[in-house]
Amino acid sequence: MFSNFRSYYMYLFLFLLAGIIFIPLYVSIAGGFKTIGDLRTNSLGLPTEWIVGNYTSLLVDNKFWLFTWNSVLYAAGTTFLVILLASMTAFVFAHMKFVGSRFLFNYFILGLTFPFATAILPLFLRVRDLGLLGSVWAVILPQIAFGLAFAIILFRGFFRQMPSELFDAAFVDGCTYSQFYFKFTLPLSTPIIATVAVINLVGSWNNYLLPLIMINNENLYSWPLGIMVFRGEYITDWPKILAFVSLTLIPAVVFFLALQRFIVAGLTGGAVKE
Amino acid sequence: MNSAKYNALLSKYSTLVIFIIPALTIFTLFVVLPIVEAAYYSFYRWDGYGDPNKYVGLKNYKYLFKNKTFILSLKNNFYIIAISLFIQLPFALLVALMISDKIRGANFFRTVFFLPYILAEIVTGLIWAYIYDGNYGMVAAIWNFFGADPPHMIAEKETAMIALYIVIFWKYFGIHMMIYIAGLQNISKEVLEAAKVDGAGPVTTAWRIKIPIILPTIRLSVFLSILGALQLFDIIMPLTGGGPSNQTHSMVTYLYYFGVMRMKFGFGSAIGVVIFLICFTIAITYQRTLMRKD
Repeated sequence: MFSNFRSYYMYLFLFLLAGIIFIPLYVSIAGGFKTIGDLRTNSLGLPTEWIVGNYTSLLVDNKFWLFTWNSVLYAAGTTFLVILLASMTAFVFAHMKFVGSRFLFNYFILGLTFPFATAILPLFLRVRDLGLLGSVWAVILPQIAFGLAFAIILFRGFFRQMPSELFDAAFVDGCTYSQFYFKFTLPLSTPIIATVAVINLVGSWNNYLLPLIMINNENLYSWPLGIMVFRGEYITDWPKILAFVSLTLIPAVVFFLALQRFIVAGLTGGAVKE
Repeated sequence: MNSAKYNALLSKYSTLVIFIIPALTIFTLFVVLPIVEAAYYSFYRWDGYGDPNKYVGLKNYKYLFKNKTFILSLKNNFYIIAISLFIQLPFALLVALMISDKIRGANFFRTVFFLPYILAEIVTGLIWAYIYDGNYGMVAAIWNFFGADPPHMIAEKETAMIALYIVIFWKYFGIHMMIYIAGLQNISKEVLEAAKVDGAGPVTTAWRIKIPIILPTIRLSVFLSILGALQLFDIIMPLTGGGPSNQTHSMVTYLYYFGVMRMKFGFGSAIGVVIFLICFTIAITYQRTLMRKD
């Protein structure tokens, strides 16, 4: 199909591109091991002398772990509740006939076109007036709300494709709707649960704007807020900042490589199924 | 109605209500109402305490469209869209066409090219802020190597936007490539075999068969790219923070600096409403016209 000549240039191009993707990651990780002087004269090479202090001082820093833990809480809480609430709602749309179901479904769908930025100021006021500022719910509730629409669409599409014989049989046997949901629907939905989980986990883990608006108490900082404060403190002490960057980079990359199939399927499949 | 039937119906409707109310409440309180409230607040001058009572009509909007920084941020958003559509997406498509076939190393390249997409925007921005740093960064090292004075790319008006485009390209072309690959892999083998039998080369096959077939996928990625670009925020913050001298704001960073930071709830809401109207108009026209058949 491709002549050798052609494929030679194609591979040259692909490796060059891979290099462009990789080099920024490599210089960051290597940079965390350098002294500032080394970084200045030798930003591309390996460290002349490997300094581990930037990394170890972070790893024994309670704040670093606190920020990480907070982000775990935000991501886990959001993902769990989006899966539960969206799948329950989608179950109703997929299996129950009732007046206004079409209208309600479209009401949720409308949410897909709502940009988050438009809502932030009123959202801040709502959270403040509900007395939730300074609690984890200030981040979790808005994240759930903005995650629902897409998750409902994905779940509804999946539930509708489940064989209706199953539903009829269970119903004849006296199974109620809620029993059916817990006994059959949820256990049979692991692929779509994985998709919704990936979208919300990655979204919450990386979210910056919402915690930036909602959180002003350092004890509740997510790691993106923490790293930005850290950056503000050390300004041009790049080795320190790069060490922090790398410490967040490495788990993300490992997580991605380990669960790559689910993540790619979740993020692209999620987009394509819309 | 007998009681068994009545009970079944009761059970159905109570399940319905219990299943739908939590999502409906959260969605209404934290998505729909805030959007409506933003529209309302945008007609007021308000610091967020007490009730909004200083009605100013369209003043916030008038000020906004006379403000040079906001107009520039609007333009920046549209430049980013243009560059995404005319450079980034075609490039992603080209790469997808190269590695959607089972060539050696296809999986490796897919993984590498997709990798930046899963990194946090904040981290991406910090990495590149370092790379562009005129004293310590990689760009500086390359210039020094050639004996030239290194530029401070994100600190200079002329180059800051270019620096931002490069980062956006680096981070986001992978997701579009993956979306295209997903589409390309759905093309039936028979169609491609038939093309091969008819003597179509790889370029003809791509141009005449593959691209037309995945057109719905391409339209979707264009749509996602536009809406994503209009809401750009996270990546700008660690990179330029809208600077130098407010040259690299997007509408959302403008909203953050001039609405949120200054506690101007009315003015900030007006910015939000403009963003909403642009996104909503694009989404509706796009779905009514281009994506109708999909």
